Amino acid sequence: MEPKTLFDKIWDAHVVKQVKDGPDVLYIDRHFIHEVTSPVAFLGLKNRGMKVFRPQNTIATPDHNVPTLEQHLPIKEELSRVQVEALKQNCAANNVQMYGLDHKYHGIVHIIGPELGVTQPGMTIVCGDSHTSTHGAFGSIAFGIGTSEVEMVFASQCILQPKPKKMRISVDGLLGTDVTAKDIALYVISQISASGGTGYFVEFAGSAIRSLTMEGRMTLCNMSIECGARGGMIAPDETTFEYVNGREFAPKGEEWDRKLALWKLLKSDDNAVFDAEFHFQAADIEPMITYGTNPGMGIGVSGSIPTGKNLTGSDLITFNKSLEYMGLNPGDKIKGKKIDYVFIGSCTNGRIEDFRLFAEFVKGKQKAESVTAWIVPGSKQVEQQIREEGIVEVLEAAGFALRQPGCSACLAMNEDKIPEGKYAVSTSNRNFEGRQGPGARTMLASPLMVAAAAVTGFVSDPRDF
Amino acid sequence: MSIEKFQKLVSTVVPLPIENVDTDQIIPARFLKAVERKGFGDNLFRDWRYKKDGTPNADFVLNNARFSGQILVGGKNFGSGSSREHAAWAIYDAGFRVVVSSFFADIFKSNVLNCGLLPVQVSDQFLASIFETVEADPTAKFEVDLENQTITNIAAGVSVKFDINSYKKECLLNGYDDIDFLISLNDEIIAFEKA
Repeated sequence: MEPKTLFDKIWDAHVVKQVKDGPDVLYIDRHFIHEVTSPVAFLGLKNRGMKVFRPQNTIATPDHNVPTLEQHLPIKEELSRVQVEALKQNCAANNVQMYGLDHKYHGIVHIIGPELGVTQPGMTIVCGDSHTSTHGAFGSIAFGIGTSEVEMVFASQCILQPKPKKMRISVDGLLGTDVTAKDIALYVISQISASGGTGYFVEFAGSAIRSLTMEGRMTLCNMSIECGARGGMIAPDETTFEYVNGREFAPKGEEWDRKLALWKLLKSDDNAVFDAEFHFQAADIEPMITYGTNPGMGIGVSGSIPTGKNLTGSDLITFNKSLEYMGLNPGDKIKGKKIDYVFIGSCTNGRIEDFRLFAEFVKGKQKAESVTAWIVPGSKQVEQQIREEGIVEVLEAAGFALRQPGCSACLAMNEDKIPEGKYAVSTSNRNFEGRQGPGARTMLASPLMVAAAAVTGFVSDPRDF
Repeated sequence: MSIEKFQKLVSTVVPLPIENVDTDQIIPARFLKAVERKGFGDNLFRDWRYKKDGTPNADFVLNNARFSGQILVGGKNFGSGSSREHAAWAIYDAGFRVVVSSFFADIFKSNVLNCGLLPVQVSDQFLASIFETVEADPTAKFEVDLENQTITNIAAGVSVKFDINSYKKECLLNGYDDIDFLISLNDEIIAFEKA
């Protein structure tokens, strides 16, 4: 038999039909929805006189728009309130389970799927959100889709999708001190560029990847879209099975044994061929931070902003435009740059492990007076863990206050907007112009880098402490 | 339901020679709060197109009377980032029918096709030649022919081919909708679930 990649095995098992000279009809196991990209799809469905075909495989949560303070009160901003209300009504009309703001399982869609055990190895998972790639950490094919495609899944539990090419990115060796999964992600993107993965689905492999916890793997797969890839995945192993076992919607008893036997087969065959391969050494990666306006514009914290001297034409125009927006000078050291805001949270770094890392660093230290800090858990369950583990006391003693779950300042659809011209060191995933608010200047980094910036007020190296 | 048919278009072009134009630039997240698909064109490139006080930024191409047309031409890696289909809707709603670049982000490319916009991917060289042509003469016309899969710089007499998936080509030529097709497969989908 021809050797297959992990991606091929899962994809091929989900093809309902191949369209001649066209895309595959791909069956979808789990469909996550949220308030922003679903209403027009629900409307389209209604106009066709249809209801959701497989509501039991559809899970909803409002996350993009929601305030992160006083969630028990009605949402103040009218358009956000209308969208959240529309999600509630659409779910009720279609028998879709929604974890609303008042539910103990509420949270960011890509946080709650894994923590509830809805996300499982071998599945196909979609959501009208590009960071659906997060779920690939479990050895599933997970990717973001547009609203027309959301409507396709509502109507048929399938989408039409051309099969992407396959890329393997291997990272081997031991990670250095204070180097996290976020740093691996930012390093890889800085090496292959923000469009280096376009047209591909990525499998991450190698000993450094194997050593990551599930939280770390989710951070890495989450960021795979930032190199342009449709998604990223990691073959499931004992770390994966241990994480899934016992969760609310994970298989139980005999069903668990049956599923586990199948999941253990989910890996690329030894001689499987990838359309592209990259190899990196963990030892080359240091804590990373971005200086520009796409996630590929990242450097190690001890490094300098590129000079741009070797660039020409539209590359140079784009580089200059980016640094002008950021108010940074080519060739300058990044360390020591004064910052104004820090944000820890989002589907990238809003899990319990991220808050443990942050708290461990700030314990016994004080937030710099000049810094405004937004500490936003990814879900109600993460918030609960933060309280139960005593992390909230550590945060408060160091001058930080915990907010309530939501996407928050990652994309600034709610009130959590970084003001114009201000610098934010952020654990989120995008440093695009205006992403965190009009004129906001975002520097992407790990929870540890954010913690170091929070207590000093400057871009700082956590290894110096 | 159906999408608008696309066969052939002759038009001037609107040049946007910037790389990595992400969907947050095409339509910022704060304008994604509608529950219906209308009005997104007003906020296309909002933060480049308007100043902070809401008045038009005269430097931006959409506010420059020299340039108009139904073909938007962007730098490479156009449409990266968020999966928001609102970005495609905003471009369509603003009157464009074709988007040209030397490289499109994956999700964006699916989204534009699903809303009846045609993505035309050309070489970096041809892209550069479009920018040069239109800078020299904003009235220069281009022809996009879907049946023959060509884009032509009419005055220069230069024509190049572009790729499109043959299924998607049929959909656009005839105005077919993917969702109708999937619904027609209902029996096969149910059989797949049982297998």
